[in-house]
Amino acid sequence: MGEDHARIIDETTERFGKDRGRLIDIARTLQRELGQLSEETIGRIAAALDMHRVEVRDALSFYSFFSREPTGKTVIRLCNDVVERMKGADEVARAFEEAVGARFGETEPGQSISLVYTPCIGLSDQAPSALINGTPLTRLRPDDVPGIVEAIRERRDVSDLPQTEIKLNLHKTGPVICARLERGAAIRAAVNRSPADVIAEINRARLRGRGGAGFPTAMKWDFCRRAGGDRHFVICNADEGEPGTFKDRVLLTGFADLVFEGMTVAAYAVGAREGFLYLRGEYEHLLGHLEEVLRKRRHLGLLGENICGCEGLSFDVRIQVGAGAYVCGEESALIESLEGRRGAPRDRPPFPVQSGYQGEPTAVNNVETLCCAARILVEGAEWFARFGTKDSTGTKLLSVSGDCARPGVYEVEFGASVAKVLDMVGGADARAVQVGGPSGRCLGPRDYGRCISFDDVSTGGSFIVFCPQRDVLRMMYEFTEFFAEESCGWCAPCRVGMTLLVRQFGKILSGKGTRADQAALERLAVTVKNMSRCGLGQTGANPILTSLRNFPELYDARLRSEEFIAPFDLAEALREGCDITGRKPRLEGAHA
Amino acid sequence: MTDETISISIDGRDVEAKPGQTILRAADEAGIYIPRLCFHPDLPPGGHCRVCTVKVHGRYMAACTSPVAEGLVVENDTEEVNEQRRRIIEMLFVEGNHYCPSCEASGACELQALGYRLGLLAPTLPYLRQANIVDATHPDVYIDRDRCILCGRCVRASRIIDQKSVFGFEGRGIRERLAVDADGGLGETPLAAADKAAEICPTGCLTLKRRGYQVPVGQRPYDRALIGGGAQEASPEGE
Repeated sequence: MGEDHARIIDETTERFGKDRGRLIDIARTLQRELGQLSEETIGRIAAALDMHRVEVRDALSFYSFFSREPTGKTVIRLCNDVVERMKGADEVARAFEEAVGARFGETEPGQSISLVYTPCIGLSDQAPSALINGTPLTRLRPDDVPGIVEAIRERRDVSDLPQTEIKLNLHKTGPVICARLERGAAIRAAVNRSPADVIAEINRARLRGRGGAGFPTAMKWDFCRRAGGDRHFVICNADEGEPGTFKDRVLLTGFADLVFEGMTVAAYAVGAREGFLYLRGEYEHLLGHLEEVLRKRRHLGLLGENICGCEGLSFDVRIQVGAGAYVCGEESALIESLEGRRGAPRDRPPFPVQSGYQGEPTAVNNVETLCCAARILVEGAEWFARFGTKDSTGTKLLSVSGDCARPGVYEVEFGASVAKVLDMVGGADARAVQVGGPSGRCLGPRDYGRCISFDDVSTGGSFIVFCPQRDVLRMMYEFTEFFAEESCGWCAPCRVGMTLLVRQFGKILSGKGTRADQAALERLAVTVKNMSRCGLGQTGANPILTSLRNFPELYDARLRSEEFIAPFDLAEALREGCDITGRKPRLEGAHA
Repeated sequence: MTDETISISIDGRDVEAKPGQTILRAADEAGIYIPRLCFHPDLPPGGHCRVCTVKVHGRYMAACTSPVAEGLVVENDTEEVNEQRRRIIEMLFVEGNHYCPSCEASGACELQALGYRLGLLAPTLPYLRQANIVDATHPDVYIDRDRCILCGRCVRASRIIDQKSVFGFEGRGIRERLAVDADGGLGETPLAAADKAAEICPTGCLTLKRRGYQVPVGQRPYDRALIGGGAQEASPEGE
């Protein structure tokens, strides 16, 4: 290791107070500065933080933004998610490979540019999209690519490129979430009552978590408030990684004050003085804006000590940026990551409200939930509960993408039918809709009369439209690949099962599947669903399970009538040997 | 019933459990076997293998981490649950490269023994045939990662009992592997042959050198009896 490297590592660990809880920040900084986290770097970090080398490696090897091998000065992360590929990401990828002179997954000779594929980066409404050293590019066309690569080579600032424009794409604002709120109004409404009364108000509004699971927010806050412990924490979960979701991008861009207002209300309710906003690594481009909003709020006395003039009421927020891991959207995995470890979910109980960040009671809430909470404090529970249905009150943000005329964010009342949403977005002829993202369900026209609500079609917001020409099973296969890639590895059924599902599904898609293969696929999917440890594995087989249920005819069309087809091609497997020896095998009687 | 006991039922048998106890510990005390692999009585549970998953009021949960509660009705030894467990065991077999006939742990291996107990006759899933690194740098202990099931027993034992943190994981998903606290292999770590971590492996991944075949195959624990007790129904001869 050169002296320069050693100095950079030492300065970085020093800057973060040699705090092992800040390991992700340290690693993010060093990955940027050094282009890699080599074994030597890991050793030096470990020594500085007084950790075991294996602990540092354990944590850092988990995140897709960190690389053991050297990467280029410029890392181009092109999103190759399902929606992005529908919009032409493959052609853009070829253009990048040609312009750079390297394949995806490689760094060009001379170590200047690396090409990397990445799952959804929250820009499905303006696909194809990419991140260049964190700066997003949208609506890419193959023709754009040479100019982009030239700008990189000439060391121009990529943020000056025309493709860096991000549209808000908020096509339908509703009364609840996407409306203006006077700064501090919700906090003032909260501090005029006791924390218990704040929770009672949220309870009367029957607010449920917007991340998808729908847990009653008041109950979560009440558990947290009543839990013992010296410190309580509030965390805003802005790690929206579900492919096809980008409503938090819109909220954090256009309504950041409302989000922090909600966090402050939550902090008052549960008795927290410290909060975190866990921002997915792909959204680092929002960091400057969010820090600016925080600074303004501190200046206005809405954060910090004696908030709104209330003596003793203090609360502040630190933004933690993630490093590329879908599973960190699971609240206990998020906390692990926030503490500087790999984002593997925890065993529950205890739940985060009992033992969360640093073992203290912690309320983790979705960005959108916090916005709703702030609004409820200002407008009242009765007002809020007038929207939506009896058990799903309020409105929901949908991130609409895919084959429709107007992709973007829509605020709709709970109870809206799938058909109504399709009509609104210009996708009425859809062959299928993926509601709730890959972990949700794939619905066909039979189900378009069903409603967006916690009791019917529950969703964290992703709404992907497939037109009649789409090969729906191919989409389900790619979703399955996504989960296999994002499985954390902690538990056997998800770690191994997801990879086996990709294989088995692939066999059917390639036209080598039999009726028995389909039965095996379903059995495997059921085991992964039943036996996995966290929500990722429990829902990772949903693309397969829901398409088996809703689109059996698509499988029938793929299956072969033979009783058995080998998973491998014997002639193909023997070909290299045959070529070398110049002899032909006798394959009669073998299953080809 | 006093305040100190909680009544649950496991496979129709009434079981008295202590508050705070897990379903698995309560079952053990009552003499009811719940199949398990990553669990070890001297360690906190890891929740990795999910083999101890039981069905409670229609929901699947890991017995090693789920606490008892009054009135729980637990389904354990049912074909429905065992079928799922068998599939996990099979997944672990195809994830690694397990050549039982030539493995030093054969007959003492908990993975193999659970295969016998749960009636795993032949694999139906495709082998993943992953490449793994053998580490023979330590004077007394081998690591053969072909046989690692990522149960984390050695990781926990080294950290908690030996207080050395010799082991950890690296990578994620199907690329996750057992890692050691050194750049140049196990030989550079302070692991000692007498450490708990060196003897706690349920398979043949971590084995002590120069101890091979001291107990002849055929006379090993699971050659003689089913893991978890009960008569050996089918002889594994010829396996």
